[in-house]
Amino acid sequence: MQFGIIEFPGSNCDHDAYYVAKHVFDQQTSFIWHKDHSIGDVDVVIIPGGFSYGDALRSGAIARFSPIMKDVIRFANNGGLVLGICNGFQILCESGLLPGALMKNALLRFVCKNIFVRPENRTSPFTRTLDSDSVLQIPIAHGEGNYIAADDVLCRLEDENRIAFRYCNDEGEATSESNPNGSARNIAGILNEAGNVLGMMPHPERCAEEILGRSDGAMIFESILVSTGVPV
Amino acid sequence: MYKARINVTLRQSILDPQGKAAHHALSQLGFDHVDEVRIGKHIELSIDAESEDSAAEVARQACEKLLANPVMEDYSVDIEPIEE
Repeated sequence: MQFGIIEFPGSNCDHDAYYVAKHVFDQQTSFIWHKDHSIGDVDVVIIPGGFSYGDALRSGAIARFSPIMKDVIRFANNGGLVLGICNGFQILCESGLLPGALMKNALLRFVCKNIFVRPENRTSPFTRTLDSDSVLQIPIAHGEGNYIAADDVLCRLEDENRIAFRYCNDEGEATSESNPNGSARNIAGILNEAGNVLGMMPHPERCAEEILGRSDGAMIFESILVSTGVPV
Repeated sequence: MYKARINVTLRQSILDPQGKAAHHALSQLGFDHVDEVRIGKHIELSIDAESEDSAAEVARQACEKLLANPVMEDYSVDIEPIEE
């Protein structure tokens, strides 16, 4: 299994994602520079967190036009697996691979803490092996994670089972108190129509080993491997 | 040459938390007559174009493609000639 981690100027979670794929899960992993025109022969693309182009204009707005994104969009439209984390989620929304947008957090503050999310979808390659009754604890670290979309888009996401994760409390209840950024319907992550593109604000790559205090994030990587037939 | 003055603001239907915070501060300072504050971005483009209309068209396309995100933002464009 070959992972490719896209690097933009300002990406800062690229090495964490690389480390998890390469060293925690022992998969072939390479960095892909944003100025390249081809992602090469990879099975999974990760668009990591960070502040691509210093968040100039809007987060993700400039990165979306980097040369590599053309090939990422082609790959995604052909069913290739694409995981966008934090800034990666913002870039996926800006690029049109995912609907909606991520606005400034409702309370205007950058929020960096562990939060709980409930997996809602159990059919996508990223979430197939997750237990929808369980609650994952994963850190967030963002200033612009307030997900919005038109009402009809939100309804479609619900109807088509494309809400991958919702912010919740430790009991799994999606309350307004457990919503860290004001996201519509407590949305923490969404899937594209075909289920092969996932964007999420929480950082699974930051909690994929027990030594880091928590390994819930590893489950998402495990699900990717299991659904592509790699023994875990 | 033309100067395009572009204003990008959050769509009216979207709560503007920055504007709300500024409104709150203005209220505390005694600006009781200020009903609402909306905060946006101001962008200026210098455009080499044949006419005001074609400069406006370039500015609009720049907004549609990059400068504004239609999911959450509206934009307005004002064009004026630059004296050379």
